[in-house]
Amino acid sequence: MRTKAIIRLLFTVGVITWLALVITDIYVVFTSSNRISTGMPGWVPNVILDLFILALYYYYKLRYDRDDVLNFLDLLWRVFATGLVATVVSLSIKLVEYLLGSTRLTNDVVFVDLVYLINLGLMIGFLTMAFTAWKRLILYQKSKWLMRLWNLFEWTLLFSLLYNAFDFPFIESLYWGMLTFFVVIGLVLSANMKWVAYLNFRQKWTSLLLLLLTVFYLLYIFLNTSSLVEWLSEKNVDFTNYRLHVFILSLMTFVMVYSIFSFLVILFNLPTTSVFEQKLEEVVNFQRISQSIQTEQNEDSVYNILLETSVSSVFADAAWLEVKTHNPRPRIFTYKITEKESQDIINHLRMNNVKGVLDQGSDKTKNLSKHLSTLKGSRFRSILAFPIHVKGENIGTLALLKELPEGFNREMTKIVATFANQAGISIENFRLMEEALQNERYKEELKIAKMVQKSLLPAILESGPDFEISAFSESADEVGGDYYDALRINDHQIALIIADVSGKGTTAAFHMSQMKGIFHSLAQDCIQPDEFMIKANQALVYCLERGSFISATFFIVDSLRKRIRYARAGHCPLLYYNAPKNKAEYFKDKGIALGMVKNRSYSNYIEANEFEYSPGDIMLLYTDGITEAKNSKGEEFGYERLAEVLLEVREASSKEIQDHLIKRLYEFSGTSNINDDYTTMIVKFAEKFPEAGKG
Amino acid sequence: MIHIKRLQEDGVDIIALIGEIDASSSIELDLAIAKSVGEGFRKILVDCHSLEYISSAGLGVFLSYIEEFKDQNVSMVLFGMNDKVANTFEILGLNNLLKIAKDKAQAKRMVNEL
Repeated sequence: MRTKAIIRLLFTVGVITWLALVITDIYVVFTSSNRISTGMPGWVPNVILDLFILALYYYYKLRYDRDDVLNFLDLLWRVFATGLVATVVSLSIKLVEYLLGSTRLTNDVVFVDLVYLINLGLMIGFLTMAFTAWKRLILYQKSKWLMRLWNLFEWTLLFSLLYNAFDFPFIESLYWGMLTFFVVIGLVLSANMKWVAYLNFRQKWTSLLLLLLTVFYLLYIFLNTSSLVEWLSEKNVDFTNYRLHVFILSLMTFVMVYSIFSFLVILFNLPTTSVFEQKLEEVVNFQRISQSIQTEQNEDSVYNILLETSVSSVFADAAWLEVKTHNPRPRIFTYKITEKESQDIINHLRMNNVKGVLDQGSDKTKNLSKHLSTLKGSRFRSILAFPIHVKGENIGTLALLKELPEGFNREMTKIVATFANQAGISIENFRLMEEALQNERYKEELKIAKMVQKSLLPAILESGPDFEISAFSESADEVGGDYYDALRINDHQIALIIADVSGKGTTAAFHMSQMKGIFHSLAQDCIQPDEFMIKANQALVYCLERGSFISATFFIVDSLRKRIRYARAGHCPLLYYNAPKNKAEYFKDKGIALGMVKNRSYSNYIEANEFEYSPGDIMLLYTDGITEAKNSKGEEFGYERLAEVLLEVREASSKEIQDHLIKRLYEFSGTSNINDDYTTMIVKFAEKFPEAGKG
Repeated sequence: MIHIKRLQEDGVDIIALIGEIDASSSIELDLAIAKSVGEGFRKILVDCHSLEYISSAGLGVFLSYIEEFKDQNVSMVLFGMNDKVANTFEILGLNNLLKIAKDKAQAKRMVNEL
């Protein structure tokens, strides 16, 4: 907003200074023509002229210098428009003069001076506008050197205003010297025409027209003002002769020179416009291919884009893209050629033992084209072929055809090679993305499996008057399911189970839930442990996959008879601490894991066992994650160490034993990140049993 | 990782397992046995001398062939296991379902029994 206010202010200042100039100059002319001595020093009108110039200069600078949205054509239009306005105004005054005829008024010095000053104002306005516009064009592509030169030009021009501000005596050499200086710099700067290349055909024609007219306006205004100056000079009056202003003359020259140069450059660049447009299009197409990965859904779209863009880049008459697939027959994408035709060409080339179809060298291409001409009935005379590489492997060929012989040049070969390359990269990226997505899905699956596993384990464990139970389970990322549970059957019996499911991820989680279901339904009635296993095995036969199995041990703790009945189905042997004997031993029993024998003969492989428990006894149930945990040397935790650790804390509570065991486990393996599921369930029998009959 | 070598002796196909069998390498074991059966061998020995470790996936592979072998009348014997691997088989009870021998000689005798 501030800028806008300043712009308006500058415009106003410009108008005011122009009016002031008019007043002072007319006064000077009047007094001088009437031979009256003026009270005004000679430099006053010059200073006002300078101020006028400065005001206009900064007005245009602020208005157009920061405007980023302006494009080239816009700039030319504005210059043209300003020129048009100036010329029209000037011409209208001329018309008025003409209509008035040769009267005393029209021959009056003051009148002519007024006309002159109007024209001068218009000319300076036009020149300053053009100057700002040309600045934008020249500085379109900046370099340090260019910026420095331009700044030198601009600042010295502005300083030259001072030359006329003070009443310096007119030193001809200085005058011509400065003028030459500015003209030369102006010429050097005018060599910057890079913006011309960015115009398309239509824009170039429009620019030519605009520039031509601009040059005409310039010439007209210059000649008009000059003739007025001539006329006034003849009358021998003092007036503000712009010809003494180095600034205005230099500006004039510069604007004129640049306009003419631009015109000529555009004119001579017309024939090459199509090449530039072509190049631009190639870049856009290249970007399309490389971006096709984000925007397209599948590989096929990449192939189609490659085909399209290659065809348009080289003006091919037809093309095909052959892509290898898992089938013996490759897929073919075609453009303006039938599959049969392309197949014929492929076969023909193959028959002629043309090797190196897939090379990008141009002499191989000549060979191809030569062979092509020997194929009867084919309308094509030139062929260009490229391989498509993904991860170093050749996955297909792109072939372009033309009806003209030798229709492809080096440039075309290069550009299509780039496209083919990029397409290969895009496809590679595409496949990598697919892989990554797959991985993500897999990780999600594992997360769900883990959640399910966690939810199946009991939150609170049963306990009895004789004993307390503590359990701990941790599952590794990819590994299957450990399961443990406890169920109170009646007031003196509790069923316990610990199980290890083979398999990974979601499959293991499902089997774990099946096991839980089986346990909770079968254990409700006081079932014998071997019965339990037989029935469980039968139930699981229908749901376990080929090669999957579940190892489990099932216990019934009877606190009335102080006995434990159990069956071990392929699970790790129970570690039992016998308090009276002060010994820890592993119970070895017969029993195959569930799911291994898929018929009723399983009952031959499982047995039930029973023993009595005493106060202070400890039952340690565990899974193989504990015994198979490895340390840095590759040694396993093992059975002996487990027994030792148990003995260390044989007096402690079940929770303390559990904590101690976990601690020793982590110490041994050196980390708490064990690469398997591991579970413990510890049943500690009280040091003293409550009275019989209760609990 | 597992390395599998095959050689034939006296009309018997001997598959030697070298290394460890885990979930990913169990597929190779599966393929090796399938190949052997596919080539028509009715007597297969599995040399476990260099087998350091076998996971439940690997055990599952052996397990899955039990039915098939019964149907197709194929006889398979594993031999030369180290203590750890033998223990694993024993705990699971697989020694009741698969034929396990101490050494090659015993294995050859066992495989020729029906």
